[in-house]
Amino acid sequence: MSLSGKTLDKRMSAAEIVAQLSDGMTLGIGGWGPRRKPMALVREILRSDLKDLTVVAYGGADVGMLCAAGKVRKLVFAFVSLDAIPLEPWFRKSRESGALQVLELDEGMFQWGLKAAAFGLPFLPTRVGLGTDLAELGGLKTVQSPYADGETLIAMPALKLDAALIHVNRSDWRGNVQVFGPDVYYDEWFAKAAAKTYISCEELVDRMEDHYPENAQANLFERCFVSGVVEMPCGAHPSSMPPHYGWDMKAFKAYADSAKDPGEWEQVKDRFVGASEAEYLVNIGGKEAVTGLPLPIF
Amino acid sequence: MSDITLVDLCIFACSEAFRDNGEIVATGVGPVPRVAAGLAKLTHTPELMMTDGECYLVEQPVPLGPRKYDDRKTAGWLPFSRFFDSAVWSGRRHAMVTPTQLDRFGQINLSYMGGTYQKPKTQMLGVRGFPGNTIYHPNSFFFPAHGPRVFVPEVDMISGVGYNPAKRVPGGNYSGVDLRTIVTNLCVMDFGGPDHAIRVVSLHPGVTFDEVQAATGFELVRAETITETAMPTAEALQVIASLDPHNIRASAIKDNPPARRAA
Repeated sequence: MSLSGKTLDKRMSAAEIVAQLSDGMTLGIGGWGPRRKPMALVREILRSDLKDLTVVAYGGADVGMLCAAGKVRKLVFAFVSLDAIPLEPWFRKSRESGALQVLELDEGMFQWGLKAAAFGLPFLPTRVGLGTDLAELGGLKTVQSPYADGETLIAMPALKLDAALIHVNRSDWRGNVQVFGPDVYYDEWFAKAAAKTYISCEELVDRMEDHYPENAQANLFERCFVSGVVEMPCGAHPSSMPPHYGWDMKAFKAYADSAKDPGEWEQVKDRFVGASEAEYLVNIGGKEAVTGLPLPIF
Repeated sequence: MSDITLVDLCIFACSEAFRDNGEIVATGVGPVPRVAAGLAKLTHTPELMMTDGECYLVEQPVPLGPRKYDDRKTAGWLPFSRFFDSAVWSGRRHAMVTPTQLDRFGQINLSYMGGTYQKPKTQMLGVRGFPGNTIYHPNSFFFPAHGPRVFVPEVDMISGVGYNPAKRVPGGNYSGVDLRTIVTNLCVMDFGGPDHAIRVVSLHPGVTFDEVQAATGFELVRAETITETAMPTAEALQVIASLDPHNIRASAIKDNPPARRAA
């Protein structure tokens, strides 16, 4: 408090984080398919009135649920999949109903677009997309190299995010994160492409330097990219969060099955969202059940 | 010899696609391509690099199916977070995949079938990394059920670059487009016909060219000499069994038939 009242305390509740978001926003969601998804924050959105979102994600059940609940106006994606359940059934329903606007991208173009946004560039050039239907369907333009080669390239537009949601292993209240697990996907670039990034974490500590200074290299992105932090143990469930827990394929299966006949989200959402995160956690068997989920073997 | 299965013959044929590829990442997506990549590394092409199916590079290919999480012996690290710079966009990879459709130009589809971009009739995975893979590095294909719904005149949504002149934006650099081998339950094909037309190079024992043609939605080229696809060697069969100890491959091809059809 002595430093002119600046506390750098970025702690918020999940509801306070969702209250920072508004209708029509472009929202990036970190993780990859059924892995490292900020599902607790996604569930908080599903409990809110937020709507008309443009969602930018390497999609899994996060995308499926938001589509099922009618929260998504436009989806920017390269795939939506639950790995062992390759086709995400709620996403499929939404697509096949014609309700979604989409921008379909290659996985590499997608991260290139996040990087363009992170660097404040209008676009980054790439060969990817040439010779496919992506450019025409997505309205992507080409540019010509001004150098002697004169090569024609796709201008991958910046994927600027109003906000990003990311689930990490640890954070302190200033937003010093530590991210573990064998693969952290493109979470760093979601954070840097977004005007505001909100973090949920398995473990919140007071001052990182007092607790885990030996893990400073796990600081995937710096705290200047973090606007809000909330501790949500098991917050990636049913997606995987190594090394804490693997994905919950039984839960994914139940979720996928619920898309069938009649497949009405309103009828099943209580099972997958719950009235509160505490209730959700009880319904899935508590923290012990989640931390007991084995890490996936590929 | 009589108990050799068609799937083992296919794995053996698929592994040939990786022969002498050099120090690149060999990615086999699905049980047959994955065992084939491991077989290639353990027999004729040790310089291949490959992952454990997640993000660690292994020098000892990881077997399919249940095993202990830490059984893999990690020699390197290739996470998604640097996959495009290290493997795909550097051209240092050869992937063998199974798209939903493949057409006469070698264009592939994994996105949707029927309907429109706005309202597809059948939504599939999405294009994933196919657009980048196909413009930057070699690709081969395995199809367990050769049929006219897979081999179509033109795919519904072009998710991967082929040799279609109508889709070549002038000035683009297509020098990385390199479609190699197609292995199916009936035959082995390549892109060695005129203008990269798809060509039958070997037929599995007992299969005729006419049968393959009838199961294909476009005209195929006959190689000058069409051979019979080679049977896997005893050594190869041993390696295949070691890479798939739970015999997951038995369900890859319908009814798991023998390599040589009953006369």
